[in-house]
Amino acid sequence: MKLLGAGAIAVLLVLPAFLGSYAITLFIFIFFYAFLGQAWNIVGGYAGQLSAGHAAFVGVGAYTAAMLSLHAGLTPWVGMFVGGALSACLGVVIGYLGFRFGLRGFYFVLLTVAFAEICRIVALNTEAVGGALGLYITFTGNPRQFQFQDNRVYYYVALALMLSATGIVAWIERHRFGVYLSAIREDEAASEALGVDTFKYKMLAMAISSFLSGIGGTFYAFYLFSLQPNAVFGIPLSVEIIIRPIVGGAGTLLGPILGSFILSPLGELSRAYFQAAGWSGAHLIVYGALLVGVVLFLPEGAYPFLARWLRRGRSGG
Amino acid sequence: MDLTLVGQGLLNGLLFGGVYSLTAVGLTLIFGVMRVVNFAHGDMMVWGMYLAWLLATRLGVDPYLGFVVCAAALFAFGLVTQRFLVNRIVDAPHEMQILLMLGVALILENAALVAFGPDPVRVRSALTASTIWLGPIFVDVARLVTFGVAIALTLALYLFLTRTDLGRSMRAAADNTYGALVIGTDVRRVYAVAFGIGAACVGAAGALVSPILPFQPSGGLAASVTSFNIVIIGGMGSLVGAFVGGLLVSLAESLGAVFLAPSLKELVSFSLLVIILLFRPAGLFGKGVS
Repeated sequence: MKLLGAGAIAVLLVLPAFLGSYAITLFIFIFFYAFLGQAWNIVGGYAGQLSAGHAAFVGVGAYTAAMLSLHAGLTPWVGMFVGGALSACLGVVIGYLGFRFGLRGFYFVLLTVAFAEICRIVALNTEAVGGALGLYITFTGNPRQFQFQDNRVYYYVALALMLSATGIVAWIERHRFGVYLSAIREDEAASEALGVDTFKYKMLAMAISSFLSGIGGTFYAFYLFSLQPNAVFGIPLSVEIIIRPIVGGAGTLLGPILGSFILSPLGELSRAYFQAAGWSGAHLIVYGALLVGVVLFLPEGAYPFLARWLRRGRSGG
Repeated sequence: MDLTLVGQGLLNGLLFGGVYSLTAVGLTLIFGVMRVVNFAHGDMMVWGMYLAWLLATRLGVDPYLGFVVCAAALFAFGLVTQRFLVNRIVDAPHEMQILLMLGVALILENAALVAFGPDPVRVRSALTASTIWLGPIFVDVARLVTFGVAIALTLALYLFLTRTDLGRSMRAAADNTYGALVIGTDVRRVYAVAFGIGAACVGAAGALVSPILPFQPSGGLAASVTSFNIVIIGGMGSLVGAFVGGLLVSLAESLGAVFLAPSLKELVSFSLLVIILLFRPAGLFGKGVS
């Protein structure tokens, strides 16, 4: 398994030398959404707290880094951590309210959606952050400004993001923290009875998850050069974040990555195809159908299914 | 503050509240009977609006007659959705139910986007332009009829649930599914009809507001959130709570529109949701979700 992982990373490292610019863009999306999915996975998958408002953290991170760069001249390499920290603060507030007041299931989903929507409406109505027009970043191609002439640099940055988030989740999975999170997901009352400080660990999961999502926001801002409230705080982005780990397998290490390798190309290609046909939004119908299909036929996601299938193949051969 | 303006706001709020009540009663019925939160509720409403729009523009049917067709169409849609999708996850964890309904919501919203485009539309009715003056306050006849029909439908549903065998078995299934099974209730049929009626309520509500407000496919989420607000305030599963809650939330919103900037109206309803979730998740009339 370790060998397989190292081989896969080696392939991804040399791959850009052989790819055209469109394929590289596709891979950037795959890595970026795998990264966001992995960040969500900590709280949504492992701890089982279904947040449907993770766009809020991406948006806060994106706006913070962009504002600091535009108005204070701070390099996004530092700004991304400031953005991550602010997102983590928001995550802690949402987590505190949700967990302290005992909001579960449907109520927690609503709380996270409400916060993301409040962020969106506030950003839309705040002229200081550009209002409905949002923020635009002029392209200079200066690496100090997190801007690169060569698309391949973004490829490696996105790959590094995905691998580091996966490293963090792998670490969590192997330590007591990860075991506690799974215990909370499976039976919160029982784990509390066994002496697990469920509040503390859920808060920690939320803080790490929102911090990473905020860092992802900086990448979003300085890769796309524009930020609109509806795009970075809206429900569609939250859906994009959730759907990959769910399809790939929430609460598994490789689920978000597998989900992103399935869905990001599918999403991008169908978006381009449907948009050319004048059907914008049609790719979200595909997402909706996928969500329904996964819930009905593959509730654990694709990765556990694939792993079982591979194991059976090996023992059979 | 001008008292006439406040009075006008209160009247408009009350009249609009009928639709809110009807929508919320549909949501709370679905939740009460099968403990499933219909995340696609607002998107079903949007489809009710567009069906009314289709009837009005293609066949010249006034939405105040067309709402019957919209309700019937959504009833069939609800029945089918329940039979083939929801029925399979009634006993699944909440998370799975939410994801399934989120998937249905995505399909509905974006199917409307593909079919009708992103621009807001409005339905013309014979009643739209007429008003009655009561001293300094005017009554919009369209709003008045919308209110009357919505209240009548809500009352009819109440009578159905209390006076008919099917309605009684629905309430029995809501109170105690296992007990209802034991005494021989066809719970599967009850579930399907309950989901159908819930969808029909919101379909009729959509058709009834279509002459009053412009609408667009992306409006589904906001409509869902408003219904969630109402149902949580009224207490999840409580029919009376949903009815009263609908009127209350509508009054609060139109007062908010009098005192605050219109762009902040949505902010009010989401903030209200957070506050209710934190301080009174069981609502005014309910016991909350276990």
